[in-house]
Amino acid sequence: MPRSRRAKLAVWKFTSCDGCQLSLLDCEDELLELAREVRIANFLEATRAQLKGPYDLSLVEGSITTPADAERIRDIRRRSRALVTIGACATSGGIQALRNFKNVPEFIAAVYAKPQYISTLSTSTAIADHVPVDFELRGCPIDKRQLLEVIGAFINGRKPSIPAHSVCIACKRSGTVCVMVAKKIPCLGPITHDGCGGICPAYGRGCYGCYGPAETVNAASLANAWHAAGASKAQMHRALRSFNANAGEFRAAAEKLDEDD
Amino acid sequence: METPSPEIAPQSSLIDCGGLDALIGALSAEGYTVIGPTLGDGAIVYDEIRSAVQLPAGWTETQSPGAYQLARRGDGALFGYAVGPHSWKKLLHAPVLRLWRAQRHHDGSITAQTDPPPPLRYAFIGVRSCDLHAIGIQDRVLIGGQYRDPHYAARRGGVFIVAVNCIVAGGTCFCVSMNTGPRVRRGYDLALTELIDGERHEFLVETGSTRGAAILNRIPKRPAADSDRQSASQATERAASQMGRQLDTGGIKELLLNNLEHPRWDDVAARCLACGNCTMVCPTCFCTTVEDHTDLAAGAAERIRSWDSCYTMDFSHLHGGSVRASIKSRYRQWLTHKMATWFDQFGTSGCVGCGRWITWCPVGIDLTEEVAAIRSGRRDDNG
Repeated sequence: MPRSRRAKLAVWKFTSCDGCQLSLLDCEDELLELAREVRIANFLEATRAQLKGPYDLSLVEGSITTPADAERIRDIRRRSRALVTIGACATSGGIQALRNFKNVPEFIAAVYAKPQYISTLSTSTAIADHVPVDFELRGCPIDKRQLLEVIGAFINGRKPSIPAHSVCIACKRSGTVCVMVAKKIPCLGPITHDGCGGICPAYGRGCYGCYGPAETVNAASLANAWHAAGASKAQMHRALRSFNANAGEFRAAAEKLDEDD
Repeated sequence: METPSPEIAPQSSLIDCGGLDALIGALSAEGYTVIGPTLGDGAIVYDEIRSAVQLPAGWTETQSPGAYQLARRGDGALFGYAVGPHSWKKLLHAPVLRLWRAQRHHDGSITAQTDPPPPLRYAFIGVRSCDLHAIGIQDRVLIGGQYRDPHYAARRGGVFIVAVNCIVAGGTCFCVSMNTGPRVRRGYDLALTELIDGERHEFLVETGSTRGAAILNRIPKRPAADSDRQSASQATERAASQMGRQLDTGGIKELLLNNLEHPRWDDVAARCLACGNCTMVCPTCFCTTVEDHTDLAAGAAERIRSWDSCYTMDFSHLHGGSVRASIKSRYRQWLTHKMATWFDQFGTSGCVGCGRWITWCPVGIDLTEEVAAIRSGRRDDNG
């Protein structure tokens, strides 16, 4: 049934590059429809106008990297009926989660003239590690069609249709010839969550794993196949340690490669 | 062989490369969208062609578990390779298809409409025997029973098939084991056998239908001699002797179903990525899923059907979750369906021995090896 009132939509930023919330502004053809269907209650990249909560739907971009972040997300959760995280930072900690595997005080000392002014956590973590999350939309950056699907689903009270299968299925549906089999190009597609539709293999490159782990991950077997294709363990390790380095199965797979060395 | 194979009809003809080009032209002139093998993306794929020049002259490929590589032949053969990453199902059983869309109107009423089928009639050039059997299997599954898939039927109806008898076998081919090739037997309009030797480059053409004969009458040709039929027969027999793989299918249904707890399933599960590639490249796999989408206002909705795979979690999602959570259970489901329970369901094996399942597995799992391992260490735990 048609809704009686427009849903209040809020967009929040944590530690991130802004690319995912930019995907919302990138919905050029759908922006007018979006503005008709929701009230933009908080979206600083688009407007200074801010409405008070509670919000029907909060989209959260970015990871938690400071004590202040950790406080603020709890406040946002309290003021949000539904909270959806968008992008690799918010769903796994992002590229900045590489800090999780290094010594953060050493970084601070090396980078900042007055390290005492820096207040940061030793880890970059997903929003879901701090508050309950209603849905995680993956990607670095997210796909705008998937974003519209998720917003549409939440404001209309249905389940988002976002499959968690491998990138391989997208490649095969679009007729892309497998780059691993035909070109010996190392590809993370078989263990990576679809969402992009297989962009990189369609351009003759291996998947970078932007959408993080697929629903089923057998990284040990893929590592053997990479090895057979001439890629070293170090290359596989490096591929896993990118935008989704801290995502469960990718992190575990990289740690396993560390152990094997 | 002393005498030509009796299977080749005595009224067969010969055409040269110009005749093949004329055939493609005649089919186009008849209004067919002609699809054939062509080079693309580092492989021999199926795509629209307008001339024989677009066929992969002089190309072949090497195939092994998890590996495919284009290679040059020593001659200019147009069909001197086995099957590639694509199968004809991408055209007949669309990978992604809108089933219907609906609109809500201001007065609250809802109208739904389906898209008309594409205004296409396909002509397929270069359909191999394994793939012809695969099309036959999909016909049985999708339009042969009580519930016909109108979308498949619309695309399948009227397809003009120019089959090709294989003159080489790929490294993962095993049609001989599955009794599905390499020689085509039925289901085609015209069937070609490429005769290439030194200066000679011709095609022996057999006619399988009246419309095949009608088209053939419009292109330059000459009658084939017994010696041509003999050469054609020998070329296909040579391919039959080159099968890269073989599979002992004796009692395969009982073998698999009586060994559901065989340790080999754990072994293969350690290697399987559950990525779904095998099901997608398999020319008989037919499973689909449907997704519903709305616009933001929920005023318009559409239902999209896409190829699905029994390797996804959603595929077996029932109340509470997926009933095949482990990779082992998914691999076993697929192999036992394809090689065993398919007989119960559709009266044949679900495998045509095309080898795609082996070549296009990123980790090179070879089902012929898996079945052989189960056979050699059979326990018949459920028997």
